[in-house]
Amino acid sequence: MSDDARTDGGTVSETSAGASDGALSGVDGYRVLLYLGLLGMLAFFLIPIESGLVTSFKTSSGVTGSLPFAPPTGGTFTLGKWQAAFDALGRGLVNSALYAIPATVISALLGSFAAYGITQSDWKPKYKAPILALFVAGIFIPYQAVLVPLSQFWSMVPIEESLGFLWSLGINDDYVGIVELIVTHVAYGLPICTVLFRSYYKNMSGEMIEAARLDGASIRRIYRRIVLPLSGPMFAVVLIYQFTQIWNDLLFTLVLVQTESSAAAPIVLILAGLGTSLEGQDFALRMAGAFIAALPTLAVYIAFGEEFAEGVAT
Amino acid sequence: MTRNTDTGDDSGDAVTDGGVTEDASESGFSPIAALNDRFGSDFVESSQFWLPPFLLVGLFVYGAIIWNFLISLTDFSGFGNPNYGDLDLEMYTRALAESGFVDAAVNTFILLVGFTLVTLGLGLGLAILVDRNIRFENTFRTIYLLPMSLSFVVTAQFWAWMFNFNNGVINIVISSLGLGRVDWLGNPDIVLWAVMFALMWQFAGYAMVVYLAGLRAIPSEHYEAAKVDGASTVRMYWRVIIPQLKGSTISASVVLMVFALKAFDFLYSLVGGYRPPNGADILATKMVREAYANLNWAYASAIAIALFLMTLGIVGPYLYYQYNRGNL
Repeated sequence: MSDDARTDGGTVSETSAGASDGALSGVDGYRVLLYLGLLGMLAFFLIPIESGLVTSFKTSSGVTGSLPFAPPTGGTFTLGKWQAAFDALGRGLVNSALYAIPATVISALLGSFAAYGITQSDWKPKYKAPILALFVAGIFIPYQAVLVPLSQFWSMVPIEESLGFLWSLGINDDYVGIVELIVTHVAYGLPICTVLFRSYYKNMSGEMIEAARLDGASIRRIYRRIVLPLSGPMFAVVLIYQFTQIWNDLLFTLVLVQTESSAAAPIVLILAGLGTSLEGQDFALRMAGAFIAALPTLAVYIAFGEEFAEGVAT
Repeated sequence: MTRNTDTGDDSGDAVTDGGVTEDASESGFSPIAALNDRFGSDFVESSQFWLPPFLLVGLFVYGAIIWNFLISLTDFSGFGNPNYGDLDLEMYTRALAESGFVDAAVNTFILLVGFTLVTLGLGLGLAILVDRNIRFENTFRTIYLLPMSLSFVVTAQFWAWMFNFNNGVINIVISSLGLGRVDWLGNPDIVLWAVMFALMWQFAGYAMVVYLAGLRAIPSEHYEAAKVDGASTVRMYWRVIIPQLKGSTISASVVLMVFALKAFDFLYSLVGGYRPPNGADILATKMVREAYANLNWAYASAIAIALFLMTLGIVGPYLYYQYNRGNL
């Protein structure tokens, strides 16, 4: 079914596949082995997901009493764990969307600004290389290296005082963490956004921009009228990549929201503790929760697989 | 830098004051022209675009790392403010003397190298399989890459169940083959390899995508030339194709190693808490535990610096490589 959904990718593969075809056509047994390998890998990637899915529909006795990859039979089928997982994670879905969507959009826009500024300014190479190096290195910084100062920083910023109008709309103090998460994810998403846009703008045709420049258009005008309208495909890649990263990140939510019992707890934070306790683990609940938490990024992946692949490959 | 005079004064934007100075500069010194002259054309005018993002990254990334280093020199516990008047390397000597730190550092290194190698290997294998003019290529590719769209937290749920001692898929399968059950997550000698396996499951598709792009950038003549020379398929890949994938290998390794350093999310979710299974503690988990469970913030900062230095050891050479190739 996904073949039908994304036939556009097919053209790319067909043209290049012709190249390697000559080198390996011939032996039929060889093709059989090839497809066996491909199917074996398919099983490798799907079994954990399949096992999780069937388990999420089992009662507790069904989980212990049946094979982990066998569907629930007879009286062991239940939707109860999905119901329980949704009750636990529902508010997390909303909370995650509250910061993931704005942070994604803002970081993509700012990344586009930075990349445009760098290309527009035509920095001299001896300054450009170190600055780009700082941005590229910024992509790889482990978040642990900034956690303690980040906590210190946010404890010093009076968010309640400056954004009091939000609180008067009925949002409570728990949501301070959401505001912090937006700014934090924007700042740490900026390096990758900038680098992605920069490689795109570097290859963008300079003729129109040069002509506009000669006509006396300002830098802002060139961005608004020429660069931004041409940036659509890269925005798609960056938005999808950033949304997945921000939605999936646990560490910042753990540090900035801190407790899964907070009214503003993001979904990953609730999921990380779901179904685990000292008395034992409820795997059916954990699996149902995993699927609910994965739904938004899975939906994005199924709808925009090509852009997603491009984002991760770049 | 004459172009500034053309563009500077007709925009009607905030930057026009630059143009005014420019006009007057015929007779004297213009700081804007001087800055543009020094750093590149349109440096000042374009600053409205690059300056805010630069400030954000400068403060949140690089400012924070310097701040983190300062805190690591104090004895800050997490309450109030660090005492910056009394700085020493005590936290670093303490780390080196603590077996928990050394174990975590060793585990980090094993995970880093092991995970990266097996994932690159599997990714390359997948890319070669997918690249061989197969039917349903899109379906295979989509499913191989699917785990990459999941979070560590979700992946950890699946693998906690896969590795479950009594009812997990892996133990059920190996015990039905007549082998004994293995306590994958409970045995300190095994758990790190189990974690590595689960992480490979999540990221092999990523390595595949990078290698696939690399394979498709190789001109078809190279395949044909090898074939004309009578090279076998294995030999063709080993001698002709794989050496040309060096660039893909380098970029994929850097990203994978950084993901391995971020495995904190995975280990935290595997057990639903700060303490990963015995034997699977890495610097990333130890750092967060010391800060947020044990309230040793200065010590946590020192561990963070160790982690940062490890990252720098990976990213530094990578940047140098990119610079030499003219990509910076």
